[in-house]
Amino acid sequence: MRRLPVLKRNIIRSLGICFLFAAFLFAGCRSTDADSSGGTGPAQETYLENKGSDTIVNLALAWAEKYQELHSEIRISVTGGGSGTGIASLINNTVDIANASRQIKPEEIENAQANGVEPIEIVIARDAIAVIIHPDNPINELTIEQISAIYTGEITNWRQLGGEDRPIVRLSRETNSGTHVYFLENVLRMGEKDSDLLFSMDTLLLPSSEGIIQEVAHNPNAIGYDGLGYVTDEVKVVGVATEFGGEYVLPSVATVNSGTYPIARELYMYTNGQPEGVLAEYMDWIYSDEAQTIVAELGFVPVSQP
Amino acid sequence: MKNTRNFREILITFVIKASGYSAIFFVTLIFYFLLSQGLPTFTEVPLNSLFNIRWYPIEEYYGILPLITGSIVVTIGATLIAVPFGIGTAIFLAEIAPRWLREVLKPIIEVLAGLPSVVLGFLGIVLLSSYLRTLFNLPTGLSAFTGSLLLGAISIPTIVSVAEDALDAVPKEYRDGALALGGTRWQTIWTVILPAARSGVLTAVMLGIARSIGETMTVMMVTGNAPVLAKSLRVFLSPVRTMTATIAAEMGEVANGSTHYHVLFFIGIVLFVLSLIVNVIASSYVYRTTQRSEKLLS
Repeated sequence: MRRLPVLKRNIIRSLGICFLFAAFLFAGCRSTDADSSGGTGPAQETYLENKGSDTIVNLALAWAEKYQELHSEIRISVTGGGSGTGIASLINNTVDIANASRQIKPEEIENAQANGVEPIEIVIARDAIAVIIHPDNPINELTIEQISAIYTGEITNWRQLGGEDRPIVRLSRETNSGTHVYFLENVLRMGEKDSDLLFSMDTLLLPSSEGIIQEVAHNPNAIGYDGLGYVTDEVKVVGVATEFGGEYVLPSVATVNSGTYPIARELYMYTNGQPEGVLAEYMDWIYSDEAQTIVAELGFVPVSQP
Repeated sequence: MKNTRNFREILITFVIKASGYSAIFFVTLIFYFLLSQGLPTFTEVPLNSLFNIRWYPIEEYYGILPLITGSIVVTIGATLIAVPFGIGTAIFLAEIAPRWLREVLKPIIEVLAGLPSVVLGFLGIVLLSSYLRTLFNLPTGLSAFTGSLLLGAISIPTIVSVAEDALDAVPKEYRDGALALGGTRWQTIWTVILPAARSGVLTAVMLGIARSIGETMTVMMVTGNAPVLAKSLRVFLSPVRTMTATIAAEMGEVANGSTHYHVLFFIGIVLFVLSLIVNVIASSYVYRTTQRSEKLLS
């Protein structure tokens, strides 16, 4: 007696799901139709695909928006995912511009050339990597050596640095992040090429810059690092010195340009071969005052055309 | 006339057969692809460094043990949370709740099943993790436990939905019989209805476990992703890195055909085999118990 209604109800439910599914498919088809007809409109539109570093994504987006205001015939789509992701896409020739917060590796250049892609590098801005802690943490200053010791797991309690008796929770970006690689080479290994120091195994690898800010802002045990452009008022930025007894410097446009802040790097865009046509115009515009003003607004350090 | 009808019959039978077999076909294809991309791992990475405790692929440390234990810890935690709550809710809905309440609750639970996992992950980062950190006085709230709680919440609707249907399908005569013999409501549910619906309830649990072992976005956001080998129960309250999160976080960056790429596919094989084991254990249990009851009846 009870079986029949259940069966019936299930049939009705699955029919409903099928119907919904079909409706979605239909809606999907409709919208792509609309897109393609828009693309073949009177004004010839050019699409530029721009992908890579999460550090650069906000800057690239701001540039793209501004540039599209000036040139309505150009559409620039910007996505993040990490420097490695962007360069991998350039190697597979699926993007026009790859954003990277680290330099392209020799083996990546080899892979690209094997695929018929010739990566051309330009420096688009400079960036400081801020070391951040919870605002309630009494620590204000650290040397590079201390930061290295924290991240390799040698120092495990804030008390060892003159702080409170709290365990240290180390936060880092995922390994596909250019910031991660830069931090490993220049802070953890202190720039020594033959060093084989690694992040302590219990380092938390968070998939996004926002995730790091979020956790540092709420967790008094945490230490993290992030591009200066991402740092908000919710976290405390630590002054960094290259050696014990040296001057502790806070990251800023002035200290990066004067070279006194030790954890600063260049940000790059890579294209396939020398840019031509629309792409070349865009890459030139990036060095204009207009574009470099946006760089400063977002907390990065402007550069001029080489 | 008869001929066309016959033809239609044959056509429909063929279409239905084809869609049935297509599942086997697709699973075979997927498995073939996984094997072809994952097995080169064995020629590229020595076994003792593959089954090692250090995962740091950009420096060629490919130890996958911490990832396996990470997935297992989070899944066990999620199962321990989801199974009692899920089956409890299903029993309540099917046997205890009045009809109107059931009509209200069931759609709500089904909406919960459709909640995107990234939304739950976001809630986990913003609210749950800092709450758990202060509650248990942990170094960080991004832990296996946080992941388990959220995965439990994700798999509960699946378990409820399937288990409730199974309980609902138990013939009314069973209930009447048990009550007529003087059983209390609880005795009826626990000793008659639940065992009668056993195979459906077990399917529900299996689907729940499969859901939590395969879930990616939420665990990537809240478990902290530190590849630490699980050695004791303490790991439950510390950060872990699961296999799914590793594949999701790293697949985007690897060069096609590199060692790292092959190892990620190998992790995919391990995941596949793990869920296969769960399925085989569960279905062999269902099979064995039906055989036993059939013997009793004959």
